[in-house]
Amino acid sequence: MAYHTLIYLFLFLPIALLAYQLTPQKKRWVTLVLSGYLFFWSISGKLVFYLIGTTLFTHYTGVWLSWMRLQRDAAISELSGEEQAVTKRQYKKKEKIILAAGVILLLSVLIYLKYYNFFVQNVNILLGSAGSSILLRSRELVLPIGISFYTLQAIGYMADVYWEKIPAQRHPGKLALFLGFFPQIMEGPISMYSQTAERLWEGAALQRENLSRGSVRILWGLFQKVLIADRLYLIVQGIFDNYENYHGVMIVVAAVAYTVQLYMEFSGCMDIIIGSGRMFGIILPENFRQPFISKSAAEFWRRWHITLGVWFKTYVFYPVSMSSLVKKWNKFGRAHLGKYATKLGISAFALFPVWLCNGLWHGVGWHYIFYGMYYFVILFCEIALEPVKNKCIEICHIKEDAFYVKILRILKTWVIIFVGELFFRANGLYAGLKMFQSMFHDFEFRRLWDGTLLTFGLDQADYGVVIIGCVIVAIVGMIKERNLLGDLGIWKLRLPVRWALYYGLIFAIVIFGAYGAGYQQVDMIYAGF
Amino acid sequence: METLRNILMEIDDSIDWNSKKALIDDGLIDSFAVISLVAELEDQFSIEVDTAEIIPENFNSLEAIWNMVRRLQGK
Repeated sequence: MAYHTLIYLFLFLPIALLAYQLTPQKKRWVTLVLSGYLFFWSISGKLVFYLIGTTLFTHYTGVWLSWMRLQRDAAISELSGEEQAVTKRQYKKKEKIILAAGVILLLSVLIYLKYYNFFVQNVNILLGSAGSSILLRSRELVLPIGISFYTLQAIGYMADVYWEKIPAQRHPGKLALFLGFFPQIMEGPISMYSQTAERLWEGAALQRENLSRGSVRILWGLFQKVLIADRLYLIVQGIFDNYENYHGVMIVVAAVAYTVQLYMEFSGCMDIIIGSGRMFGIILPENFRQPFISKSAAEFWRRWHITLGVWFKTYVFYPVSMSSLVKKWNKFGRAHLGKYATKLGISAFALFPVWLCNGLWHGVGWHYIFYGMYYFVILFCEIALEPVKNKCIEICHIKEDAFYVKILRILKTWVIIFVGELFFRANGLYAGLKMFQSMFHDFEFRRLWDGTLLTFGLDQADYGVVIIGCVIVAIVGMIKERNLLGDLGIWKLRLPVRWALYYGLIFAIVIFGAYGAGYQQVDMIYAGF
Repeated sequence: METLRNILMEIDDSIDWNSKKALIDDGLIDSFAVISLVAELEDQFSIEVDTAEIIPENFNSLEAIWNMVRRLQGK
């Protein structure tokens, strides 16, 4: 039951809304938790116990941390000065051990289910090449849907309790709701406890405005998913699954088509998810902010899959950067090596784990690790080459805010993005490298108009729909970026204009959506991570 | 406060530190600038800035940073 399916949109979601509204306010959280578990069960069956287990364990860790804090406060209340500081440090160590145990256990489950067979496969290759006849046996492991998302939310909650950003939640139901709110289960957005938990718990009655805004957001998401992403799926699959048969411009087409497919798919599903949440009055955090106008790779990652980036920044980048080792390096570097070298050292040290984790989080395979390392190298180079760039700008008297400079920088970022997504989508690292290599020989521009593009099950009208769809998405993106409609958004427009847009969206989805003969029901890409 | 202003000017002298109220939210300073700033603050004011303090509310303006420094000095 993916979010773009009829069963979700016309059965599950309306019934969940109705049940929610009919439940007395104080018990609405129960309806939401049950809806979440039912949704989860409909996809992953009894694996819902992983989610329940994670919830109970996270709750227990939070309560333990909270109890430890009470003990600390009681202990230090009778002390003063240095004794108080020493006792505080002792308790901090104990709390750190509890947090570490919690994080390790949750990560162990994720790593075991996701990477065990990958590990076995690689160890067996090593054993085989060493001539060993003993090989490890792989296991049939089934991954619960959304485990990569709710595990991050659970770890974030535990860390926030440890840092005293939030109090530990005593009621397990409240945590169950935070981790199991059904619109978020499959693809995020990865929210922090402080962003959604209280509002979810309130059980506020449904409101016409929220229902209306949520519905429009869902329609907009469907537009991107079924008009553009699901069409591009055909050409993307056609080239990536038979990459040996293609080279030159066709590989470029594959990389661009996959990037657009991934964006329309993920951003479209995110609109459906955020719209669903909005119908209940829940404002979920945004995951995209016009990523294709980024002028650097760093900016791109501040605009693409924002909640994942924020999670890694908050729970990996800053803790590593603030560790005593990095602080010592910072002091030493600034005293002896200068600011530039110090910054490079910190960048390498703090960015490496972030991008390694980012690659691993996305999936199992060396090409995902390569994808993470690809961005690590690019971001590191952006930092390392900044003085050179500034010098060039100064010598050549280039105005950084000139239109042509912005366009060139955006195009440069596009190239970085397309190459990254080529490796991301490739069927393995070897295939990715082969495709990248084959892009540079026999470029054959004529493939764009000699009919090759029509061999993937898409005709000229399909390409027309994709191009017009992308132009509409780009225009909407520009309006959002420049905040032309303000906070009211589409509601700033006059009623007839608004209804014309609603009908336009509905008819476009019904008439031009990629369903029926020749098309396939396409699964949500990020749900697979 | 003057010491803090000098530290900030050394990090980036193109920002009007006195008037800006959303340094993090508006993307005027990035995470590397925050790390450099923290290192300077720890040195100059003999404080220890914990990871928990690295939140936009503590770094969005000159006043916010100063308030955090004062609070940590009192700990």
